[in-house]
Amino acid sequence: MKKLSSKQTSWFQSGSPWVWLNGGAVTLCMIMVIGLLGLIAVRGFGHFWPADILQTSITDRAGQKQIVMGEFVRDEIITAAVARDGGYEVPADTEVITRHLFKLGNRDISGRDFVWFLDMGMDEWQYPADAIAIERREWGNFYGFPVAVQEGGAVVSKLGDEGFWQELDSRLRRALELHQQVSRIERVDIGRINKHMDDLRLERRRLELDGIKGEAMALADADMSERRAALEAEYAIIKTRRDDILAQATRDKLQVRTGSGKEAVIGFDHIVRITRPNEMSVLDKLVQYGDRFWEFLTDEPREANTEGGIFPAIFGTVTMVIVMSIMVTPLGVLAAIYLREYAKQGTILKIIRISVYNLAGVPSIVYGVFGLGFFVYILGGSIDQLFYPESLPSPTFGTPGLFWASLTLALMTLPVVIVSTEEGLSRIPSTIRQGSLALGATKAETLWKVVVPLATPAMMTGLILAIARAAGEVAPLMLVGVVKLAPALPVDGNYPYLHLDQKIMHLGFHIYDVGFQSPNVEAARPLVYATSLILVLLIIVLNIAAIKIRNNLREKYRGASD
Amino acid sequence: MSPTALVEPIKLEVDNLNLYYDQKRALNNVSLKIPEKKVTAFIGPSGCGKSTLLRCFNRMNDLVDLCRVEGKILLDGQNIYDKSVDVAELRRQVGMVFQKPNPFPKSIYENVAYGLRLQGVKSKRVLDEVVERSLKGAALWDEVKDRLHENAFGLSGGQQQRLVIARAIAIEPEVILLDEPASALDPISTLKIEELINELKHQYTIVIVTHSMQQAARVSDYTAFMYMGDLIEHGLTDTLFTNPSKKQTEDYITGRYG
Repeated sequence: MKKLSSKQTSWFQSGSPWVWLNGGAVTLCMIMVIGLLGLIAVRGFGHFWPADILQTSITDRAGQKQIVMGEFVRDEIITAAVARDGGYEVPADTEVITRHLFKLGNRDISGRDFVWFLDMGMDEWQYPADAIAIERREWGNFYGFPVAVQEGGAVVSKLGDEGFWQELDSRLRRALELHQQVSRIERVDIGRINKHMDDLRLERRRLELDGIKGEAMALADADMSERRAALEAEYAIIKTRRDDILAQATRDKLQVRTGSGKEAVIGFDHIVRITRPNEMSVLDKLVQYGDRFWEFLTDEPREANTEGGIFPAIFGTVTMVIVMSIMVTPLGVLAAIYLREYAKQGTILKIIRISVYNLAGVPSIVYGVFGLGFFVYILGGSIDQLFYPESLPSPTFGTPGLFWASLTLALMTLPVVIVSTEEGLSRIPSTIRQGSLALGATKAETLWKVVVPLATPAMMTGLILAIARAAGEVAPLMLVGVVKLAPALPVDGNYPYLHLDQKIMHLGFHIYDVGFQSPNVEAARPLVYATSLILVLLIIVLNIAAIKIRNNLREKYRGASD
Repeated sequence: MSPTALVEPIKLEVDNLNLYYDQKRALNNVSLKIPEKKVTAFIGPSGCGKSTLLRCFNRMNDLVDLCRVEGKILLDGQNIYDKSVDVAELRRQVGMVFQKPNPFPKSIYENVAYGLRLQGVKSKRVLDEVVERSLKGAALWDEVKDRLHENAFGLSGGQQQRLVIARAIAIEPEVILLDEPASALDPISTLKIEELINELKHQYTIVIVTHSMQQAARVSDYTAFMYMGDLIEHGLTDTLFTNPSKKQTEDYITGRYG
């Protein structure tokens, strides 16, 4: 008898190498995914942390002392040779030199936002307690010291006075509130009046196109000019109110001094936020962090998308994905039901199926070109001719917009939905269909009452895949409706509330625009990470929502496919 | 070949039925009469055509591609393979229970009400009444009356099979076809189903296909033995099991083959 204890199988035969290989592959994938998400998260989340303001003096090439003030961004080590080429005198025995990137802000005064300084000839860094960072609506950040708060040109409170900071704070709050009022008036009230004015213009043009002339036209004109006058009167009132508020907002000004001693005056109406990071505790900074993160999520972009928030892009992405889902799901499901349940299985069906599957592999930019050429110009152009002749030659649907972007993505993701639905339908056991038929149900009744409900989890799977692909897509969208800065959200208070013809902003495109089209690379860099992070989070949220729905459905129909 | 001893009123009459799957003949000139409100069992080895024959009674074979039927089946004297017959209506009169329980992915209540809802019954009162009566009829009421609106998949296999029977009798068919209804069940559930069949035969004509000769002997009044698509012998169950007239029948029931 053979000895059982002696090793009969080699290590290779035992299958262990396979386990290691497979486990290794999984590990590698996980490292890459976690690394990607980690990098984006660290860089993206880090952007909102209020950095301390440092002040130091530097001896420049010419040997002159210069005081700089700003935020420290990062370090870099360069070889001494590079510095020597740059005209610095570096001792012969030094081989490498550290240099620091500072964000100096004060674009309006010094012109340069981000500057590299050599470690050489730099004094110690100081963090003056009174240093403030002012986020402005224009010209980026200001770093410096407050001097005095002015009201109508007269100094109200000076730095060092008791209650100076409270004064500063309350003035800022007042200015922010006024600004909010103004933007509300502009967006809602003036927006509404503009819409009505435009409607009137279109109405008149429509009458013209309908061939109405003479007396009837004169009557209509009279009516319209009456309405127009009413609108104009309303507009005048609103405008006065707005101008009043604007005038009030310019009342307060902040006198400031830069680190190098230059004085300047900043109107409170230009300020978004004033922080004193050097004085803040960690808790204060956390609150500030939350505040800035929230602003990023809910505010509109400023300064060519390099500052402010990305709310329009988030909103645009979500709206587009929802509109796409509404279009792709019924279409894909109906097509799949026909292919699986009704179509005669044969060569033609095989060809159709292969074509559908292959559509999933077509590069997305091709869909973009198709969308622009067919949907926008041909379909949209015809729609304009038929339904919106009054606004021609300016196009309504004959130009890229939300609807066409969604439709293009719907077309792109259609194969995924069809394939998943077909698979779901084919997995439904025939006994269930027979059970229904045996009770006297027709094929259609069986399909809609039993089979399709059972296949809904599969349809949701298709939709999840579709959403994941659509939400992250950029290339085709650039052609069919996404722009770098949309003037308004596609949903507002004016009829018909959802404006499918409007252009939208999109997170993916926003990343591209901020990262590669921005004039201010250093300022944009953290925003690229932050926006990527939001895009990833958004896709995760959309997916989780869809997966939750699918799991609920699965739970409901649990056991049917056993 | 039909026994001459049949004196009961006839519910279903099969007349020279031939059935082909593409070129292959699955039933050869089958003729038999199924008496009303009795249990008729089809026995025979696998592939003998007993299930195929059963599925002819409610035209389930229509669903199979390339399946072709010749001959007639008369339900109360009317040929169910006539062109004018509405298949859905036929299936309402000839209910069917399958080998594996196949409840719908709905609540117990909705499973039973399904057939009625198809017929357009909307009144909650009527539905409640029928659901209760059917579940009682299928001896399931006491076990599920407190959880009518729970998913039917929560029931055990035996309960599911009785639910399916309740679903079938809810639309008050005249004939119930049972295709090996107990083959996927444990002995206790099987016993319950058999008891149920005994109850149901007072109201319905029942045709049952079974692999188990004991089951056929226990539940049926008449038995038909089939072999290779032929109907070999058909008669009173007692006679067929104790005194078969054909050698093949005797061989089968004594376990010599099959």
